[in-house]
Amino acid sequence: MRPRRGQDSSNTGPTGVASASGDLVLSSLTKRFGPFTAVDGLDLTIAQGSFFALLGPSGCGKTTTLRMIAGLEQPTVGEIRIGEHEITYDKPYRRPVNTVFQSYALFPHLSVRENVAFGLKRRRSDSVASQVAEVLELTELQGLADRKPAQLSGGQQQRVALARAIVNKPAVLLLDEPLGALDLKLRRQMQVELKRIQTEVGLTFVHVTHDQEEAMTMADTIAVMNAGRIEQLGAPAELYELPATTFAANFLGQSNLIRATVAQRQPDAATVALPDGGLVAVPSGRLPAGIAEVWVGVRPEKISVHEAADRADPAGHTAGRNRIPAAVVTDASFMGVSTQYLVRTPWQQELMVFEQNRGGATIFRPGDRVSLSFATEHTFALDAGQDAEAGIELDEALG
Amino acid sequence: MTTTVGQRPAGAKPATIPARRRRSAWTVLRENVVWVVAALALVYLLLPNLVVVLFSFNKPNGRFNYTWQRFSLDAWLHPCAAPGMCESLSLSLKIGVVATVVATLLGTMIAFALARYRFHGRAGSNLLIFLPMATPEVVMGSSLLTLFVSMGIPLGRVTILIAHIMFCLSYVVVTVKARIAGLDPRLEQAAADLYANEWQTFRRITLPLVAPGIAAGALLAFSLSFDDYIVTNFNASNASITFPMYVWGAAARGTPVQINVIGTAMFVLAVLAVALGQLAGRRRSRAH
Repeated sequence: MRPRRGQDSSNTGPTGVASASGDLVLSSLTKRFGPFTAVDGLDLTIAQGSFFALLGPSGCGKTTTLRMIAGLEQPTVGEIRIGEHEITYDKPYRRPVNTVFQSYALFPHLSVRENVAFGLKRRRSDSVASQVAEVLELTELQGLADRKPAQLSGGQQQRVALARAIVNKPAVLLLDEPLGALDLKLRRQMQVELKRIQTEVGLTFVHVTHDQEEAMTMADTIAVMNAGRIEQLGAPAELYELPATTFAANFLGQSNLIRATVAQRQPDAATVALPDGGLVAVPSGRLPAGIAEVWVGVRPEKISVHEAADRADPAGHTAGRNRIPAAVVTDASFMGVSTQYLVRTPWQQELMVFEQNRGGATIFRPGDRVSLSFATEHTFALDAGQDAEAGIELDEALG
Repeated sequence: MTTTVGQRPAGAKPATIPARRRRSAWTVLRENVVWVVAALALVYLLLPNLVVVLFSFNKPNGRFNYTWQRFSLDAWLHPCAAPGMCESLSLSLKIGVVATVVATLLGTMIAFALARYRFHGRAGSNLLIFLPMATPEVVMGSSLLTLFVSMGIPLGRVTILIAHIMFCLSYVVVTVKARIAGLDPRLEQAAADLYANEWQTFRRITLPLVAPGIAAGALLAFSLSFDDYIVTNFNASNASITFPMYVWGAAARGTPVQINVIGTAMFVLAVLAVALGQLAGRRRSRAH
């Protein structure tokens, strides 16, 4: 069992409200493929009208979860509800749910207009033409209505896939890696576009992605998934600033994790001993209860680099800042907006530091002796029973 | 290896003489060799057809249409003048149409079953479907004859039809199956996601996308049936002479010019069909 902390995965949604009229509720949702458990007892409430992201590496079960909501996969155990309606075993075409497929899956023999009208026609909706025209305008596809999918660019196909789904005004819109096939520039543009459309139509969007930047840009709430379970759930900033697991700390952005032993627990502040024996402060609320060994974490951009003091003191803390005085720069790369350093601590660990180039600051060179400092409030602590590398290689492998 | 490539000692002359203004005959030939070969291949392919067309306008002396005598429209104006020919042509067309319809229907369903489902006996069915294509026609024809005779089924149109459906089926299954295999299953999932039930998904998405494969299978089946001589000959009676049998029989007694008329008509129809198809495809892709 993976140790988990800091999240309560009962039926409380991102807004903290128990299921309202149109909320999507997953209860103990489990999917097994033979001996392999793809989704492991998922409990989740997604508030109506929110932009929710399921973030995780490939194989974490996020797409299987999506396919179960769409009805393309049957859960082994569990229940799916939208508001008061249970849809767990309903056929896909009986659910008020539409999907934007990863490969778009546009009907190649139908024009853009016919693709978009497909769902409305199946439901014998009135005023198909005007609804289609409205959505084509929203997605800026008016001029392309009579083209076939093969005559469109990747970005245009993506918009057709989106238009084809949102025209039905589903209770829940599912997006399966919708921007994965686009190049970086177009992807950024579509992120903004998707967010705008979501705000405009007010539908519940459930967005599956392995791209943490994409999830943070668009979603109101992110659930970080790993090995069929939710590691952590919360608003993007909350997840980033206060990761609850090493996996979340490494998968969302980058983290420095230093092995430490709890020295003192006080209601207002706690201190932990770093490998060199020096004590640094951690807000006591962030210290996992009842354990002695922790990973002390700090994000690379939260660390400041200073010229080294004369004396090689051990680590310490004063005036709301933690300090690591005796360190050596081993690598410096100038990136334009920032300089990225690798700095070796006295206990031979390399920490990553991103220093903003505000001008005026010294740029250190490899070999320079420096001291590091970071605010106590930017320091977090995780149970040391976890793998400090969790989520790193996955993120890199996926780019 | 220390050879340097693309570098010459300074001042050395280039190894090759600069291209001459005058192009030698060899250069011209070398640059156009693809066209020359293509033209020769076309001549090789089309010359027999041109001879057929040419001799449909012949007025032969005697019963054999083998030497050019003089131009005449007689055969074109009286295509059914050759005794028995139009009857055999109509029989071939009827058998062709019925065999095509039955083989296409059955074959499409079999193709879907084989491509989409895992069931007991699937591998065996796959093998059996291939068998008629691999069996020499003489063997197939004689085996069928043995079967029909031993079962006491009188030879005639029905036996010809059964035989034709059997071998056409294989070609339809293979053609349609290839098309289904190339079909993205996510399209059907997308249709289901967009409120189409099973039948609507099949009718609106699957069938239109597989249709080119079905059409190709049907055309193949028709041409195979229309053209078959060997299997047909084994399983026909004197009252069921198909067009290929008629032509074969006529070759012994004399060849009426009308055979060339039918041949020319078939050729022109086929070329027209292909040309129309190409034209439609080009217009569709140029539409925007």
